[in-house]
Amino acid sequence: MYAIRMENITKRFGNVVANDNVSFAAAPGEIHCLLGENGAGKSTLMRILFGLYRQDSGSIYINDNPVTISGPRDAISLGIGMVHQHFMLAEQLTVTENIVAGCEPRKNGLLDYEKARQDILEVSERYGLRVDPDAKVEDISVGQQQRVEIIKALMRGAEVLILDEPTAVLTPPEVSELFTVMRALSESGTTIIFITHKLKETMEISHSVTVLRDGKKVGTVSTEDATPESLVEMMVGRSLPVHDDCRMPPREAIALELKDISVSGRKGSRARLDNVNLDVRFGEILGIAGVDGNGQLELEEVVCGLRRPSKGRIIMSGQDLTGLDTRRIRDKGVAYIPSDRLRRGMVGSLSLSRNSVLGMHHHSYFSQRGVLLEDIIEKHAEEIIKKYDVRAESVHQPMGSLSGGNQQKMVVGRELTRPHSVVIACQPTRGLDVGAAYYIREQILDSRNKGKAVLLISAELDEILELSDRIAIIYEGQVVDVRPTGQFTERELGLLMTGERNGV
Amino acid sequence: MDLERGVSKFAYSVVAVVLALLVGAVLIWASGYDVKEAYSNLFTGAFGGVYSLATTIVMSTPLLFTGLSVAFAFQCGLFNVGAEGQLYVGALTSAVVALALGWLPPVLRVGIALLAGAGAGALLGFVPGYLKAKLGAHEVITTIMLNYVATFLTTFLVKTYFKDPGPVDQTVLLPMGSRLPELIRGTRVSLGIVLGIVAVALLNHVMRRSVLGYEIQVVGQNPHAAEYGGVNVSARTVQAMMISGAVAGLAGSVEVMGTLYRFIPYFSPGYGFTGIAVAVIAGQNLWAVIPAAILFGALQSGGQTMQLFAGIPMELMTMVQGLVILFVAAPTLGRLLFGLKMRVREGGGRK
Repeated sequence: MYAIRMENITKRFGNVVANDNVSFAAAPGEIHCLLGENGAGKSTLMRILFGLYRQDSGSIYINDNPVTISGPRDAISLGIGMVHQHFMLAEQLTVTENIVAGCEPRKNGLLDYEKARQDILEVSERYGLRVDPDAKVEDISVGQQQRVEIIKALMRGAEVLILDEPTAVLTPPEVSELFTVMRALSESGTTIIFITHKLKETMEISHSVTVLRDGKKVGTVSTEDATPESLVEMMVGRSLPVHDDCRMPPREAIALELKDISVSGRKGSRARLDNVNLDVRFGEILGIAGVDGNGQLELEEVVCGLRRPSKGRIIMSGQDLTGLDTRRIRDKGVAYIPSDRLRRGMVGSLSLSRNSVLGMHHHSYFSQRGVLLEDIIEKHAEEIIKKYDVRAESVHQPMGSLSGGNQQKMVVGRELTRPHSVVIACQPTRGLDVGAAYYIREQILDSRNKGKAVLLISAELDEILELSDRIAIIYEGQVVDVRPTGQFTERELGLLMTGERNGV
Repeated sequence: MDLERGVSKFAYSVVAVVLALLVGAVLIWASGYDVKEAYSNLFTGAFGGVYSLATTIVMSTPLLFTGLSVAFAFQCGLFNVGAEGQLYVGALTSAVVALALGWLPPVLRVGIALLAGAGAGALLGFVPGYLKAKLGAHEVITTIMLNYVATFLTTFLVKTYFKDPGPVDQTVLLPMGSRLPELIRGTRVSLGIVLGIVAVALLNHVMRRSVLGYEIQVVGQNPHAAEYGGVNVSARTVQAMMISGAVAGLAGSVEVMGTLYRFIPYFSPGYGFTGIAVAVIAGQNLWAVIPAAILFGALQSGGQTMQLFAGIPMELMTMVQGLVILFVAAPTLGRLLFGLKMRVREGGGRK
């Protein structure tokens, strides 16, 4: 018997076939990974199951009974719950109020808050879903908000729980906590469908894996029989070789140097950056490892002139850049891939061609006497699209209409085509699928191999380990250690990142 | 892509106007008037014959400028509610300059007076722009406040310094050589409408082709990305407000030099505010300001005829104007009320 079975599901959006005759089944208590690149059709399939879309053809069975699901309400009553990537919580309300909204326990026509609270605590204890029922949602961390969403689904009687990219927003410790919860749920018989594109997590948590590619099902395998390599091949349709490592040795000359950089926090709180000293040589990648929120954003913004340091100096190739504005600093030869692509790196409503020159539109190559040279800009955008394999219809389409991976390729392409000697790459592959991430890492290595200095800031330890020549660990705004990559063990890195200096 | 989007947006606006007229018909009927008589008068009053057309153009001209002013500010993410005040300072400045320069040849005189009006508007636009850029003061608040300052200041100046010796608080009539030339003899259609269209073309060109326009767009759509791209956000904000102010100032100049031939306190029936409506309807497309301004001018001039010959109160047409804005600004409302599937594609994409 299967808890859930979807047979020959097809779904079209206009000319695009999002799901092409896809079948999928999960047994009770199974943790089933739905793996595939962005746009492979994973979310569409699950949205059909949750009643957000209606399939064009195909059928759905729950416990072997055929069902029609015409909306989330139907799905919920059939015992299906979904935790979306973007949470649907009212920030101003408490955890309890959010969880019971829509199915409130009542006493005399009023909300029985005490009962609601008790119910939540019970569920929370049973599965190790730690939450404070009285906290306001706006005051709790993203990881806690996710737990609130999971409790919400469970309290509505979910026996099948769909988690849409749940780890994308979590810190490493939160991920392992989520996995503990998932195991507990699975043991008590809840079926979990885990949408992801991360191989490591798939291997760690799932019982079986279904891989989708371009809207079609590639296959279902038991996790025991799978290897990361075999899964990549299923996802991407080819194997990804290990990054080529032919390169020039790093030069002695220092490209970028930070001297005693501090950024003060709000009044009374500790400094965001505290006496940071770093140097990056030409032809090397210096990786900044650390748990998100330990000063990475401040570091990125200070180096690129978006934020003034309260103390210290920034020196590039011997020139003091401290206090210069972003335009001047970048014109000295800084390519900057910002950590927040949507907020910083692009203007979603403007065309690809307009976005392809952001930050260099004033260069005499792209504009003269204050007038943009349209033809040259369009050609430039076309070149980026071609060279960096951006999937786009035309240079005139708004950048916001591209998928995340293609947006990032566009940003990376733009930055690496500007004249530069230093690359500041911040969370360069965040939220990207394996293929796109691989490609972008390749470009960063290529930059290094051409003798550029790269400062790589990433919350993904694997990425840091794979790319960096040296690693600096940042914790609470301080650089706690810098060593060549080979001289750290993973355990040491983990301890240092969480502030356990003495354990090393 | 751009063109397609423009067309569908335009088609949607047409639908909104039709919807507004339909709801307006119900209101006219419910108020006990004859719908057919009302609308035939509205149409003849707006477009039936040279005189009607002329009136429509005269009524549209200031709206063309104020609408352009507000629409331009929108592109920089700024909401200029101060077009009304900028219009008054532009109007008085142009009147005073045109009167003072009587010794210059007419072409120069008119040109300088127009520039002076634009300059005065720009100056008044500078204030909220600067306050926003340096202190973060919201431009909606500051421009609303400055409207009072401008309206009362110009009235005070006229009463105290520039008053016509007669009993009415107004400046003396501009001599022939200080006026904008008539386009159609015997009507008050002046060169103003042409200047308005030229202004639209010019600003459209600036937005689409120039570095300044590009940077203004980036600041308007995503100030964080602008910072990242090395754009001086403060400077662009101030400049956009000044340009917007200059255009609104010209609305006043053109009205004084082409239609009224003198400055009269409180002469504007709210051109600055109707300009906001015009800009909302035009959306992100500056060219669309032209039909939008003509639409409102037509409702105004047709409404007058309707009131005069059919005895239907002008206020009903003001209501139709309101409905147009409602339907354009709230596509979902139109869909809900009429079950129409109207797709308005927006450029924003995923947020």
